[in-house]
Amino acid sequence: MTIEIKTATLEPIRNTFEHTKRRFGDKPASRYQEASYDIAPENNFHYRPMWQPEKLLNDTSRTAVVMEDWYAYKDPRQFYYGTYVQARAKLQEVTESNYAFFNKRGLADRMSDEVKSKIIRCLVPLRHMELGANMNNVLCTAYGTSTVLTQAFLYNGMDRLGIAQYLSRIGLLLDGNSTESLATAKEYWMTDSAWQGLRRYTENTLVLEDWFEVFIAQDVVLDTLVYDLIYRQFDEAITEEGGSDLAMLIEFMQEWHKDNSRWVDATLKSTVAESEHNKELIGRWVAEWQEKAVADLAPLAEIAVGEEAVKASVEVLNKRLAKAGI
Amino acid sequence: MSKVYIALQDNEESRYIVEAIEEDNPDATVIYQPAMIRIENEGHLVIKRETVEEMMGRDWEVMALHVNLITLGGNVDEDEDQLSLTWND
Repeated sequence: MTIEIKTATLEPIRNTFEHTKRRFGDKPASRYQEASYDIAPENNFHYRPMWQPEKLLNDTSRTAVVMEDWYAYKDPRQFYYGTYVQARAKLQEVTESNYAFFNKRGLADRMSDEVKSKIIRCLVPLRHMELGANMNNVLCTAYGTSTVLTQAFLYNGMDRLGIAQYLSRIGLLLDGNSTESLATAKEYWMTDSAWQGLRRYTENTLVLEDWFEVFIAQDVVLDTLVYDLIYRQFDEAITEEGGSDLAMLIEFMQEWHKDNSRWVDATLKSTVAESEHNKELIGRWVAEWQEKAVADLAPLAEIAVGEEAVKASVEVLNKRLAKAGI
Repeated sequence: MSKVYIALQDNEESRYIVEAIEEDNPDATVIYQPAMIRIENEGHLVIKRETVEEMMGRDWEVMALHVNLITLGGNVDEDEDQLSLTWND
């Protein structure tokens, strides 16, 4: 007797949501597309926000940048909540094992006092800038227009809190959990002349109203310069001075910046390519903030790395901007 | 000339691989079967790491193809950047 196995194919009634279908066509959509596109409400609001009655909720006029379609963006990492959490969990696992190793082997004790105090002076106070960066990115989430952008801003904001915490832990590893280094670092942030430029810059970005300008000032200009200056150049300088074990503790920031830059570059590129108006506007913002950032970072760069350090970072920034078409 | 073919399990990950194959091999035929996607082409089929990574939005190794692979036909040439299937004339 032969048994014939039959297969019955059940066709799904629909491939995806209606709004996803309108954008991408009638075919199976990815989770990223379903979770990111055409999600935020755009019309038929009952009430205007009481805190800003002249504008609607999710009003596109909260930035001077004009986009025909605010969903023209795509995160090259395709992060929605699920993939974002997975990616970060993976990165964090590596980092935690690095920190545990650093602690277990007592690598902090092998650093000289000069190296330790240089790290506390040049690296640990950055946690205050990271908190500013967190607030800036969350502001973009709050006032930004489309989910495809605002979700990425929120992930960025969360990452910055995580980085601030890792910076605090570097301080704690160096001072044997006495929190003394954190108090010293706060004092540097508030009074040390090397840090006052960066503090002023951060505070200036906190009072901006145009969320896209915040994105330019923080994520494009400042982050490119600071991350190149500290996590590349300062890393090299401190390695020369016998603090190479620090590299284990800041790998998270290096990896994160590489990852995040892909999204920043893609966002910048799409915006600039949209119109001459955007290109001109963003070019102006970049020039304005870059000038401030270079002047404000110079004293920190000098004590952390050396005189030519800012120049090298500006070159990195210019390369990125050129790629985006500015 | 005969057709080379590859069949993958129909799941979240394979979808991106199929999209990448469609982009790199415009002449290929994609056949959706129950729980399986079969792709055929005359003579030649290539899967490129770079295209799959672009579709997925993350790093991907060509070796990871085997996780979702059901069957394939053709002479295999695999390295770090691509996997190609061909028949000799």
